[in-house]
Amino acid sequence: MGEASRQIMRQARQQVPEWTPPQVREALADQHEADRTHQDIVLVDVREKHEWNEGHIPGAIHVPRGYLELQIEEAVPDKSKTVVLYCAGGVRSLMAGATLQQMGYKDVVSMAGGFGTWKGNGYAFVQPRTLSEAQSKRYSRHLLVPEVGEQGQFKLLDSRVLLIGAGGLGSPAAYYLAAAGVGTMGIIDADVVDDSNLQRQILHNTKRIGQLKAESARETIEALNPDVKVITYIERLDETNVARIIADYDVIVDGTDNFPTRYLLNDAALIANKPVVHGSVFRFEGQLTVFKPYDGPCYRCLYPEPPPAALAPSCAEAGVLGVLPGIIGLLQATETIKLLLGIGDPLVGRLMTYDALAGEFSELRLYRDPKCPACGENAHPENLPTYAEFCAMPAN
Amino acid sequence: MATVRLAPVLRASVGGSKQVTAQGSNLTEVLSDLYGRYPALKEQIQPEESLSRFINVYINDQDVRYLQGLETSVGPNDLVILLPAMAGGL
Repeated sequence: MGEASRQIMRQARQQVPEWTPPQVREALADQHEADRTHQDIVLVDVREKHEWNEGHIPGAIHVPRGYLELQIEEAVPDKSKTVVLYCAGGVRSLMAGATLQQMGYKDVVSMAGGFGTWKGNGYAFVQPRTLSEAQSKRYSRHLLVPEVGEQGQFKLLDSRVLLIGAGGLGSPAAYYLAAAGVGTMGIIDADVVDDSNLQRQILHNTKRIGQLKAESARETIEALNPDVKVITYIERLDETNVARIIADYDVIVDGTDNFPTRYLLNDAALIANKPVVHGSVFRFEGQLTVFKPYDGPCYRCLYPEPPPAALAPSCAEAGVLGVLPGIIGLLQATETIKLLLGIGDPLVGRLMTYDALAGEFSELRLYRDPKCPACGENAHPENLPTYAEFCAMPAN
Repeated sequence: MATVRLAPVLRASVGGSKQVTAQGSNLTEVLSDLYGRYPALKEQIQPEESLSRFINVYINDQDVRYLQGLETSVGPNDLVILLPAMAGGL
C-alpha cells in the first residue's frame, strides 16, 4: 500500500465508524428478534462476484464496489437506514463507506476484519449455488433474459421431463430441451431408427439406422449438452408401466402416434397430477395444447372417444411434411419450459392449430367437462377403456 | 352463408376442399345442407342422430358442446370448424 492509499484509508477510518464481527452479529440478531418487517440494518457485501460466490453472510445483499455508486440507491433506497458494509478484510468496505456518506447515507458502518474474520470466528455463512464457468457461457443467453436468469437456469437444470416417443415430435422437443439445459430427460421408445424416419426425426442420423431410437436420442443429446442426464426406457407405454415411469417427472411431452397411448397417458397423468404437453400432426397441420390436471380440460374432455381407424390414419399411412412436427415439437418444448419456469400463459384450455399451407395459427377454446369420466366429478381415471382394441397401431 | 372449415381427414368427403360454405340458421341446418351435397360426410361424422363423440364442432372458436349443441345458431359470417381427434406424432 503506497502513501496516498494509506492517506485515503486514514481519512475513511476517521469518517466511517467500524463494528467488529461480534458487534455486527449481535446487531443482526437483535433486529431479527425485534421485528422482521422493520429491518433497520442492511448488510451489504461489496466484494467481487467470485468472492460472494465462495460464501457470504446470510441475509446480505451483494453490491460489488465497482458498481457501488450505480447500484446502491436501487438496492438501498432508504438513506436513513443503518448500512453495514463488509468486504474480505475490512479495507474496501471502509472506502465504500466513505463513498456512501458522500452519497447521503446517514448511518454507514464498516465491519472491521471483514468476512475473513467473520468466518474465522466460526459464524454462519452461506454458499450460494453457482453455475460453473462452462455453464455460465453455455446458458449466457438465458441468463440475460430476466424471466429465466440464473435462478431459472437452476430450475431447468433440476427439472425432469419425460418424452413419450423419440420420433417426429419428440426429436425437436428433446433436442431443444436438452440445449436449454433440462437436467434430466426420460425417453421412452421401443422402436429402431428406420430410413423413413430421417426426413423429420432429427435426433437420429443415417449411421444409426437399425439402432434403438432411445439410444440414438441419448447419443445425440449427450453430445449436445453434457449437463443432461438421459434415462432411456426401451418399452412401450402400457397399463403395467405407465404409473412407474411418469412418477419421476415434472412434465410429460406427448409425441405418440396412437390413441390408446394418449388415453392411457391422460388417465395416468391425472392420477399422478402431472401436466402433459400434447401435440399431434397430420400432413400440413398440427395441434397443440397443455393438459394440466384439474386446472383445465383433459384429453378425454376434448375427445371423449377415439375416431374409427379410417378417420385416424397415422403418419405412416397419411404422410406428413417433415418440418411440420418440427414446428409443433418446438412449440411443445416452449410450453414445457414455460411450465417448468412458471412463466407466461401456458396453453391450458386452449387448442392451438397450425396450418402450414395457409401459414395460419388459430386457437380454439377448450372446456373441462364436468361429466368427464377421467377428470370430472365422480371420475374414475384408473378404470377407463383406452380403446386399444379399436385402433390400428402401426409400428412407426 | 356460413363458412365451414374441415380437418384434413374429412376433406376427401367434400371433394378435397378445406373450406366450404353452407346455408342454415343453426348447426343442424348447416350440417344438413352439407350432407345433402356430400353424403359421405354424414357417414363420417354423424351416422346416427347425434354427432359422433370423436368430432368436435366449433363455432368461431367455441365448442358447441358448451353452447347449444346442434341447436346452436349460426350466422352468415360465422366460421364452423369440424375437428376430429388427431393422433399422429411420429
